[in-house]
Amino acid sequence: MTQAPHRPASGPGLSPDGHVADPAAATGYGEDHPPRMGFFTDTSVCIGCKACEVACKEWNAVPATGDLDMSGWSLDNTAMLGASSWRHVAFVEQVEPARPPVSLGMPGMRPADDDGAGPLATQPPGDDSAQGPSGSIEGVRWLMSSDVCKHCTNAACLDVCPTGALFRTEYGTVVVQDDVCNGCGYCVPACPYGVIGKRESDGQAHKCTLCYDRISNDMEPACAKACPTDSIQFGPLDELRERADARLATLQERGESRAQLYGRDPGDGVGGDGAFFLLLDEPEVYGLPPDPIVTTRDLPSMWRHAGAAALTMFAVIGVAFSGRRS
Amino acid sequence: MSRGGRGLEDATGDSPGLEDESEAGTGRGGRRRRGAETLMVPEAEFTSYYGRQVIHTPAWKVPDVPAYLYLGGMAGAAAVMGAAGDATGNDHLRRAGRFTAFGGSMLSLGFLIHDLGRPSRFLNMLRVFKVTSPLSMGTWILSPFATFAGAAAVAELRGVLLPVLERVAGARVAGLAAAVAPAVGRASGIGAGVFGPALSTYTAVLIADTAVPSWHAAYPELPFIFAGSGMASAGGIAMITSPVAEAGPARRMAVIGAGLELAATQRMEHRVGLVAEPFQKGRPGLLLKLAQGAMGAGALGALVAARLGRRGRAVSVVAGVLLNTGAALTRFGVYDAGVESAKDPKYTVIPQRERLDAKRAAAAEAAASAAEAGA
Repeated sequence: MTQAPHRPASGPGLSPDGHVADPAAATGYGEDHPPRMGFFTDTSVCIGCKACEVACKEWNAVPATGDLDMSGWSLDNTAMLGASSWRHVAFVEQVEPARPPVSLGMPGMRPADDDGAGPLATQPPGDDSAQGPSGSIEGVRWLMSSDVCKHCTNAACLDVCPTGALFRTEYGTVVVQDDVCNGCGYCVPACPYGVIGKRESDGQAHKCTLCYDRISNDMEPACAKACPTDSIQFGPLDELRERADARLATLQERGESRAQLYGRDPGDGVGGDGAFFLLLDEPEVYGLPPDPIVTTRDLPSMWRHAGAAALTMFAVIGVAFSGRRS
Repeated sequence: MSRGGRGLEDATGDSPGLEDESEAGTGRGGRRRRGAETLMVPEAEFTSYYGRQVIHTPAWKVPDVPAYLYLGGMAGAAAVMGAAGDATGNDHLRRAGRFTAFGGSMLSLGFLIHDLGRPSRFLNMLRVFKVTSPLSMGTWILSPFATFAGAAAVAELRGVLLPVLERVAGARVAGLAAAVAPAVGRASGIGAGVFGPALSTYTAVLIADTAVPSWHAAYPELPFIFAGSGMASAGGIAMITSPVAEAGPARRMAVIGAGLELAATQRMEHRVGLVAEPFQKGRPGLLLKLAQGAMGAGALGALVAARLGRRGRAVSVVAGVLLNTGAALTRFGVYDAGVESAKDPKYTVIPQRERLDAKRAAAAEAAASAAEAGA
């Protein structure tokens, strides 16, 4: 539906409906190229430990950002993805209507005046603290999500790069070549997700490489390796999508009505993400754009308008010079 | 839990604390808190992550890039003016056009290179020709333009350069140069004139081809704004440097250009909805209002100068300065408006949320009607 019109309607790597199914093949890699690799970040099991952020910095030698930028009163001091933050764990606290307590099978506590003869209290003390200001019983839920470069099927950063420093790898991922980037900074506002940034120290653009060096040697990316709950899963994109669909169905069955996959749909405005997410609320709650579109989708129309404006200029100056000299 | 609805409380709340912040954290209708400012119109409801921006702010330098937009626009239109002046035998406008085109393109190039994070790697852009990158296309517009404009300017300077050449290289070489200079100048002037309008308008594509909401949404009108602005400034330069009696075409070009810029801006602001706000409010709004004032006054000055004839020289100079002030302010205002729209998440989130909701509603409707048809 939202296929970038400047791409050919048929060709290698395209599915019958015109979507780019295999960006590596569409770029020109031969048939023996490896399958498209990606991340599936299942935020429902993220515990906000930030091991991914630390592992990423360590492995990729990403420098410190220097500033401790706390987001509100949350535990988020990374704030946003950028040249020196290739993973970012978002922390969201939401006030929710209370749900019936779920027994976790843990031993309870006895009230202080209890003689010890009765059964264990199943409710922990201090339940009053869950009383909302209006007297309604409210609960709190925490949403945590490890954000990363989406490695878009139709990547704006790659499209607008004037040097070829950004390129598509054989795994279908998008990587910056440090020795080519001249620091023009065009990729920075082109990214619809606010991922890639320009680093002050070297004047160049940097972002997640999906650990190109590690995956080229049959190792999983550092963040996925470090994730203790498998919230970050790495693998061939086809397998990850199947796994994500199953996980979403399970959560919806359990009553997570707002659970949704983000970046999973190859028909979305960027042709689907190589790194996609299972979210428990709408994308903007996590600081993600709800319906991103690759800016270059409109580029043919932009050039046509610029061409019309250029012809207008010829015409106006022609008219201006056809009149009297004074 | 309902979506939105806390914007007003957030906006009027004055006690910082955990509750406020956690509310912002859940982000229901949470804009950045605005102190005790009274809101006349309820804030649009939307959700964000602690009021933080979604996309990155453009990393380009100010004044480098707005100045680049202004100078490129002026140089491009000036090259066409120079070629047209040459064709119609108007020496003043030919000279003004050629010098302005060359000077503007050299300064443009300087600003463009200075803006790079690694200026020494400027040449990396000459190793690639990439139609999906407006900056790559711009490199291939600016490079030949500057070359042609340079040759045309050198030909224009032959009165000064030929005696020097004669002393350095001898009479024969100088004689040869003198013989070919007019033809080279004319051909180069036409070459620059062919690339000129592309140089003036491609910069609109350059900034529109981003995720910056106000720039991207404005893409249909931006090239016309820049083309009009470029003609106004190039015409303005000629009005400063040429006698009133010779500058008629420059005045007409400037007046029509100013009109085109003002009309295209109006149309854009009416069309783009919410993301027109950054063009109208705050610092960019002020810059653009000043730009429009200067543009209008400059155009009026051009008309008055034409009426006054020989006595209108001073008015012509002032009008030329006003037109160029307006053109420069336009670029700074447009640039600033884009930056503002990138910094405030509402300009990214609200249009996308509306689009997504509409898509979902359409899909649900299609599913419902399909089910009905099946039953």
